[in-house]
Amino acid sequence: MQIPYTVEPRPDTGLYNAKLGVWLFLASEVMLFGALFSALILLRTGATSWPHGYEVLNVPLATINTMVLITSSVSMVMSWAALRLGDFGKYRKWMGLTFLLGLIFMVIKTIEYAAKFEHHLYPSHDNFMATYFTLTGLHGLHVLGGMIVIAYLLGPGSKMWMTEPERYTNRVEVIGLYWHFVDLVWIFLFPTLYLL
Amino acid sequence: MSASEEQAVGAQDHAAEHHELPFWQRYIFSQDHKVIGLQYAFTALCFLLFGFCLMLIMRWQLAFPGRPVPIIGGLLGSANAPGGIMLPEFYNQLGAMHGTIMVFLAVVPLLVGAYGNYLVPLQIGAPDMAFPKLNMASYWCYLPGGLIMLASFFVPGGAANSGWTSYPPLSNIATSGQTWWLVGMIFLITSSLLGSVNFIVTIFQLRAEGLDFMRLPMFVWSQLVTSFLLLLAFPPLEAAGILQLMDRVAGTSFFMPSGLVVSGEVLEVAGGGNPLLWQHLFWFLAHPEVYVLILPAMGIVAEIIANNTRKPLWGYRPMVYSAVFLGFMSFIVWAHHMFLTGMGTAISSFFQTTTMIISVPSVVILSALLISLWGGSIRFNTPMLFALAFLPMFGIGGLTGLPLGLAPSDIHLHDTYYVIGHFHYVVAPGTIFAIFAGIYYWFPKITGRQMSERLGKLHFWPSLIFMNGIFMPMFVQGLAGVSRRLYDGGAQYSHAQGVLHWNAFMSMSAFGLLVAQIPFIINLFVSIRWGVKVGSNPWDATTLEWVAAPSPPVAHGNFPELPVVTRGPYEYSPPESDESFLPQNAVA
Repeated sequence: MQIPYTVEPRPDTGLYNAKLGVWLFLASEVMLFGALFSALILLRTGATSWPHGYEVLNVPLATINTMVLITSSVSMVMSWAALRLGDFGKYRKWMGLTFLLGLIFMVIKTIEYAAKFEHHLYPSHDNFMATYFTLTGLHGLHVLGGMIVIAYLLGPGSKMWMTEPERYTNRVEVIGLYWHFVDLVWIFLFPTLYLL
Repeated sequence: MSASEEQAVGAQDHAAEHHELPFWQRYIFSQDHKVIGLQYAFTALCFLLFGFCLMLIMRWQLAFPGRPVPIIGGLLGSANAPGGIMLPEFYNQLGAMHGTIMVFLAVVPLLVGAYGNYLVPLQIGAPDMAFPKLNMASYWCYLPGGLIMLASFFVPGGAANSGWTSYPPLSNIATSGQTWWLVGMIFLITSSLLGSVNFIVTIFQLRAEGLDFMRLPMFVWSQLVTSFLLLLAFPPLEAAGILQLMDRVAGTSFFMPSGLVVSGEVLEVAGGGNPLLWQHLFWFLAHPEVYVLILPAMGIVAEIIANNTRKPLWGYRPMVYSAVFLGFMSFIVWAHHMFLTGMGTAISSFFQTTTMIISVPSVVILSALLISLWGGSIRFNTPMLFALAFLPMFGIGGLTGLPLGLAPSDIHLHDTYYVIGHFHYVVAPGTIFAIFAGIYYWFPKITGRQMSERLGKLHFWPSLIFMNGIFMPMFVQGLAGVSRRLYDGGAQYSHAQGVLHWNAFMSMSAFGLLVAQIPFIINLFVSIRWGVKVGSNPWDATTLEWVAAPSPPVAHGNFPELPVVTRGPYEYSPPESDESFLPQNAVA
């Protein structure tokens, strides 16, 4: 038994299975983060006092992190493009860079968290810190999840390139869509938490 | 190509080759949608029975408060029921867990995990689900979630005891069972996410050649809409669960207002949170969830009614459009559960308007099913009896919902037994009857044998009578103002005294309902082995699972060869032909 349309797109939908699957998954992710952003708005509008993000949080570090993530989205696209052109060596370089940028993001995030803990700013401090840690923590977990998949695709998963190059390219496209989404969440998180 | 797919490809060529898979791959970690569907079915039926037993213990307490629970009283533990006499705290645990188990571990997994998994690929002519590995993972997220829920009965303080709705701040300060509840829910939500993505992709991508959307059986449509509801409505509850977990574990105050006093002491939390936030996020899931509970049931009933009236469904297209419209609307009615929270009249007006609008498509579907009976030569077999009983039972459940959807009347009825009666009519004699109907109907497809008609009728008639015996008096008690969460059944309420005598009647009906399930359980197990052998299409049905696949369908692949669809799903008694039905894959 072969499941149809795992590699080639179905003519009437124009999609292969995994691509439709990841779009649906991202739709549910929109609802997850949408609910959390709504919670943030409700808590903030109802609060008697709410600090400005830039008074408490480290804006320069977060700006660097924003740049890091945006760059990683570019390198993700480059790696997929290289694969489409059949250049596996180039793909590995770009994908490796994406992983590295994800790692840099997580390291900077850790430095930020550590600085907060040093000043005894924990999630229980107030609802601003609570939303900050919950939202960035959940986003960080998403980055971490993406990095694990990238590591798999670069490591043991890369054998598929030899046997089923098209299916492997599809996998890279799918993780790419996810990675851009995680990037996009940060683009919303950064101004909401740090700048407003 | 993965190893499993290589095996699967082989299975199509040599149908017997799957027998060479080791036991644990065939039955435990199977990637065949049929085995996964049966795993879901078996597990969820066990949870259904367990959740029912929790309710029986509660019903004993409601009818005879302060009297030791018979037979199993000694097993409940001295912390819960010293001398077999139930403590109020234990009653609260049973109430919360009955709701949680029935909704999240029994009925939804039966409708979606079991029926959806088994039937959707068969009805659309697909060899399997689009993502067999995710399908397996979905079951293996569901089972641990369920086991965590069960295990929470044994932690200090017992299981979650803040109602199945887990409203904070009560749930925030509840015993550790609540944390287990949240963790269990996160497993179940993950399972549901994997399942719903899989269903939508399968229905969009793997339909057989010629099977366009307006040729899909009603059951597949109901699963498609249901999957979208699960996909988009569950994440907000996951968000709420994460926030409540943070409140309980990391000491945040998302749901904790400032200056909250518990047992005469001000709680040491940062405060500033909003308990209503939980209610909004919870009901944003839980209202679409109501339609998750009912849509697949309507789908099952539609299949059985069309088959047993021997004529096409009346109004297939309006039913499809209604199901889709119902899905959309279900996202903007949630706050009708919150009329008493002081949201403000403007918001209440909005939500009562949308609630009245959403009743229209439900009525359209029910009316179409009812009119479908007109002029049919009805076969009164067991599946049809359950399907027919579904119509008035769901009708009562739906119509009694109208006064709850209007804010002025809801103020009187909110949180009374009237509410319990209303949604149990929808789910118990409604959805669960549809589930029974489906079991009797598709059993021959799964096993190649038929269940006993005599035992089936012995199951049906007492169940119908006892169901009504349990739930009808609840409307009386609720209208009299008996609150739904009283552990003594209202004995302390002076205004409840006139309706208290119904408690014993309802409880006796509940015990009767348990007895009425014995013929079903016997029938189920005996028929697997000794049921009458039947062919691949004993009901003379039209849809692909009956006409294109053997009974049971081919392991890993379903069909000896993939079907090509030439016509709609319900071509019974066609005027242009002498046949009593035309299969969906009949040569034109």
